[in-house]
Amino acid sequence: MKPVLIVDYGLGNLGSVARAVRFLGAEPVISGDPALLLDAERVILPGVGAFGVAMANLKRLDFVAPLKQYAASGRPLLGICLGMQLFMEESTEGDLHAGLGLIPGRVVRLQEERKRGIKVPHVGWSGLEPDKREWSGTVLDGLHPGDALYFVHSYYVQPRNDGDVLACTTYGDARFCSVIARGALVGCQAHPEKSSGPGLRILGNFLDVHQH
Amino acid sequence: MIRIIPRLDIKGPNVVKGVNLEGMRVVGRPELFAPHYYDEGADELLFMDTVASLYGRNTLDEIVHRTAERMFVPLTVSGGIRSVQDIRGVLRAGADKVAMNTAAIANPRLVAEGAEHFGSQCIVLSIEARRLPDGRYECLTDGGRERTGKDAIEWAEEAAGLGAGEILATSVDNEGTGRGFDLELTRLISERVGVPVIASGGAGCAEHVRDVVLIGKADAVCIASILHYGCLEAMENVAYAEEGNTDFLKRKIPVSSRSAHNRRGIQPVRLAELKQNLADWGIEVRRTERDAA
Repeated sequence: MKPVLIVDYGLGNLGSVARAVRFLGAEPVISGDPALLLDAERVILPGVGAFGVAMANLKRLDFVAPLKQYAASGRPLLGICLGMQLFMEESTEGDLHAGLGLIPGRVVRLQEERKRGIKVPHVGWSGLEPDKREWSGTVLDGLHPGDALYFVHSYYVQPRNDGDVLACTTYGDARFCSVIARGALVGCQAHPEKSSGPGLRILGNFLDVHQH
Repeated sequence: MIRIIPRLDIKGPNVVKGVNLEGMRVVGRPELFAPHYYDEGADELLFMDTVASLYGRNTLDEIVHRTAERMFVPLTVSGGIRSVQDIRGVLRAGADKVAMNTAAIANPRLVAEGAEHFGSQCIVLSIEARRLPDGRYECLTDGGRERTGKDAIEWAEEAAGLGAGEILATSVDNEGTGRGFDLELTRLISERVGVPVIASGGAGCAEHVRDVVLIGKADAVCIASILHYGCLEAMENVAYAEEGNTDFLKRKIPVSSRSAHNRRGIQPVRLAELKQNLADWGIEVRRTERDAA
């Protein structure tokens, strides 16, 4: 198997993603060189931080067109946290920012309700709930409804097509799409690399390595 | 879900545990505790470098590095972090977050700069507070040794405004005593700030954890003594390095009958058992597959 490319665009702790990939038996390569996308077979787009800054960095490093071409070729791409949000057409974080536009829909903010203890950012473990799609044969193969993942985010994706939603998560009054899948594109709002067994299972499914 | 975060106070090569942040006794090697807690469903781990200011931080970075290779939950490192460069070093070693107290009070800009460089999710403001006779809370620094005159509740709010993503609130009065958390300290901060609050210091039994969630409104709970002694009870031989006060381990008396901590009301508990108790009380916690089976 070819190394798994972890896109380095200056945001987030890429080491933990690389460690999880290595633990699962695959070889990670962290790189900020868009040319590597040409013949990559598996790519992870991580990310922590602000949507606008992320898009600006991707543009500055000439990643936007190569990422779109890579996704259009039908090769597997996993977006984690902000990386998932970047798949969408636009985000309301700060000003309105255009995203990569790989999946129809937008990114909106969670509502805070201090009195009920609903704080934003949403930090901690929350369960995955099935939506309309089956999990078997997808990146969630082997997971069970209610399995919890570790989240840190203030925004979430609202895909326009229900068919792109693989799992939802409820926080406060919001029931948001926490795992998105469209063809070989997969996005996970939580951090699978920090989500113990179920998280490693998701990464393992994406990498197509089965330890279980 | 409420996060349960085992806290490992590190001194040199060992995990230690004191009372009121003082009188540290060696309880064993971190390599014993960290995997044990990970397997039992720890939601995160917190490594506290108790002597960072005296010895520099290389040992802890190594411990974190080894832990991060195999344990896939968030890791927080606290103690002796004074600059953006220090934060970068700790994150590079494998930590996901840093918790800062002394340096943040000396230079509040560090909270803002840390959040700008690495994101708010990385920056935990650590508050070590004691209750004053008039009911206010004062921040202490340098492992609870130095007074600052700074109001803990106001500082929590200010730091959240500067970009701290979480507040770790430790009661120095209750720390290691087993008499329960300072519910008022936790509640005042939790009601004042919009970011998650991690309660720390004082757990003597599972009921204390319940209370700090339901009454203290904690979003997460840091626990040391009751889990460490619960872990030690489950082990035959405890590995430790011959450094520091190791008398406790040498005496090899069953943990639950050891008078010193019984007197202080420490009731050892296993992490999985604690989570079961919390679930029975209607508190949402993360259950691992093994619990469910």
